[in-house]
Amino acid sequence: MNLTKEKKSMSTASSSVGWKAGDVVPDQFPAGLRVLVVDDEPTWLMVLEKMLRNCLYEVTKCNRAETALSLLRENKNGYDIVISDVHMPEMDGFELLEHIGLEMDVPVIMMSADGEKNVVMKGVIRGACDYLIKPVGMEALKNIWQHVVRKKRNVWKHLEQSGSVEEGDRQQKQSEDVDHSSSANAGNRRNSKKRKDEEEDAEERDDTSTLKKPRVVWSVELHQQFVAAVNQLGIDKAVPKKILELMNVPGLTRENVASHLQKYRLYLRRSSGVSQHQNNLNSGFITPQEATYGPLSSLNGLDLQTLAATGQLPAQSLATLQAAGIGRSVVKSRIPMPIVDQRNLFSFEFPKLRIGDGQQQQLSTGKPMNLLHGIPTTLEPKQLANLHHSAQSLGSMNMQVNAHGSQGGQNNSSLMQISQSQSRGQTLNEATGNHVPTLLPSSMAQPILSNPVVGGVLARNGLTENGRGTEYNLVSQSSSMLNFPLNSAAELSNNSFPLGTSPGISSLTSKGVPQEEVSSEIKGSVGFMPSYDIFSDLNQHKSHDWELHNVGMTFNASQQNNSLQSNLDIGPSVLSHQGFSSSRRTGQNSNISAVGKPMFTAGDASERVNAQDVGHFNTFFADNSVRVKSEIVSDANCQINIFPEQFGQEDLMSTLLKQQQQGHIASAENEFDFDGYPLDNMPV
Amino acid sequence: MDRRHLRQQVTYVRKSLFDQGYLDDQFMQLEDLQDDANPNFVEEIVASFYSDSARLIQNIEQALVSRPVDFGKLDDCMHQFKGSSSSIGAKKVNMECSQFREYCCAGNIEGCIRTFQQIKQEHATLRKKLENFFQLARQAGQAETA
Repeated sequence: MNLTKEKKSMSTASSSVGWKAGDVVPDQFPAGLRVLVVDDEPTWLMVLEKMLRNCLYEVTKCNRAETALSLLRENKNGYDIVISDVHMPEMDGFELLEHIGLEMDVPVIMMSADGEKNVVMKGVIRGACDYLIKPVGMEALKNIWQHVVRKKRNVWKHLEQSGSVEEGDRQQKQSEDVDHSSSANAGNRRNSKKRKDEEEDAEERDDTSTLKKPRVVWSVELHQQFVAAVNQLGIDKAVPKKILELMNVPGLTRENVASHLQKYRLYLRRSSGVSQHQNNLNSGFITPQEATYGPLSSLNGLDLQTLAATGQLPAQSLATLQAAGIGRSVVKSRIPMPIVDQRNLFSFEFPKLRIGDGQQQQLSTGKPMNLLHGIPTTLEPKQLANLHHSAQSLGSMNMQVNAHGSQGGQNNSSLMQISQSQSRGQTLNEATGNHVPTLLPSSMAQPILSNPVVGGVLARNGLTENGRGTEYNLVSQSSSMLNFPLNSAAELSNNSFPLGTSPGISSLTSKGVPQEEVSSEIKGSVGFMPSYDIFSDLNQHKSHDWELHNVGMTFNASQQNNSLQSNLDIGPSVLSHQGFSSSRRTGQNSNISAVGKPMFTAGDASERVNAQDVGHFNTFFADNSVRVKSEIVSDANCQINIFPEQFGQEDLMSTLLKQQQQGHIASAENEFDFDGYPLDNMPV
Repeated sequence: MDRRHLRQQVTYVRKSLFDQGYLDDQFMQLEDLQDDANPNFVEEIVASFYSDSARLIQNIEQALVSRPVDFGKLDDCMHQFKGSSSSIGAKKVNMECSQFREYCCAGNIEGCIRTFQQIKQEHATLRKKLENFFQLARQAGQAETA
């Protein structure tokens, strides 16, 4: 066939020209594109490999999703694009998609013989940049490079724009462009933009809520860079544009920075307001410490700052958390719920978000760092790992919460989970995990355990769970650390957990360890930032979409749950950290436990999150890069009503919602991405 | 002359495979992929398919005989098989697979069993035809895509 011949000649020609392995020679582009193809069918794998080679791409093939994931993890920048089959044993294509979205921002194309609308939709929603139906032909493969270009362009565009925009005005336009041709993605971009809502109320919220997949994951490192930039500029003068420039991170948009900054500011505010928030975390949202958290009671949860202050939270984590919490700036009862935003969940990499340290209490800033809040942080894998651990306990809870949507696999946010779990306690676990459990409104602070995965997940999902609008703002108290026992030390990279939950959450450190610490801290401090940003992103708060898809946090991933669950013993109290005045906590707590270990003793101020709990949280978070943007449940009222004992997902959500409504959550700024979650209703 | 005759035969056989609906465009795609670097690409793919499909067929059979019937699993197995057969463009086989899946969705086990027999038959028929085709092509000195 002519075609063949042409191709051959073409290939011959090109092959001789600068196409080296691993190199994408610019002028040869798309030749040399590094493709990772995943398919459990050997026949197809051979065919695809040959086809891709004929396109002059550099192909790596594997027949298992797990293999692909480890290949990607080993070399994050080793591949330009991933093509994966949907139906595979053990980990399927969607799970892989989620993981990738959380951990490494590589475009993913789904493939299947199944062209049914629902399945395709699933792919789109989870962030696949395209969906090919088998049999796949050369024509389809020849054009896959467009996704790579598109993604990069979006990133650039964002960067450019960010420069010009003031903090307050996040523009969403960037998102627009992103959307790309492929059917999938459509929502992604929008979602990421959502995060910003606090000031803007972005329309994004709506968009994002449905679509998850925030691309920016606020990893610990990223957050650190951010903090460094902010400090350099001076907190007062720090504007997104400049910060972005200083950070010089490709792919980061102004909006991303803006929303992150918001949270950070909130977080700082809280931290300063709350001097001793160690317990804040505990009481964090939940307890009346609100005072400390300032209006941000919601953030209490993780007052990352406090946490950070306590030194528990590694600076970076804090940063991240702060970032998360910033959104919350003085959110008074507003649960920052840019849930949707959270899609990107901060994947905060909290290396050690140890909430429990007790020091976290410094979360005085009370800023619920919505780490998860839309600020996509990427939780590095290791962080996720940490989260994992911590999240395990927590994670199970929250993660499930988060994960529910997302897949448990992702640890999104263990934190999220925590927060979520709290509210959801059970629901979370059961829930698709996305529900950002209202559980934690207070606990939202859940350590944004940045399970790398979790974070990612959360981020991705935007913690759909947040549907309730609770943004889990994990205030990342840098010092306090939400030590999310995240594997990697709370790398809530993905989770934008507003570490609102103060110190309590810190215990969530990924290390999974600090359970001790956590317990107290999380209490309330768990940032449950009622803003389930993450969730909102994912689900539109309202809809109890606890689908944190991304919530990779082990939340749902039953995979991780095991660990998490075990850890999360946070007791109900943990969950309630969200600043709920603990009253609810009890109820919630119980739920939380049910959840699998609610990560935070949500709100129950009274209950100090036992270290254990916290510890769990951590694991919880750890597992999942809880990107959940826990809404910062307004401190005071974070009543985590969501945790009604049996938080069914819906319950949680509603509770959370209510809480939010009451304005507790999301201190002041309701960053609820949830659609109109009026926090005011939160029953106090 | 003999060679030319052989080539003609190859062309003819190939055409009839398409005309009779045994193969579809996907097979042509495979042929297109065959080049100097992979001169027997098509044959390799077909061989891979047949070796893999033996396992898939077994899975389906097991699912068919197990009681109570798990239609979900049956559907999954068939989905896999279908995906695999679509890789070589096995048109008739694929059509039967679709039919099978319909019966499966309807919970019609007899229909499934019947259809599965058809599938196996088509599967075997195609195999013979392709083997014959490849052999002829080898004899003609070159694969059809040459």
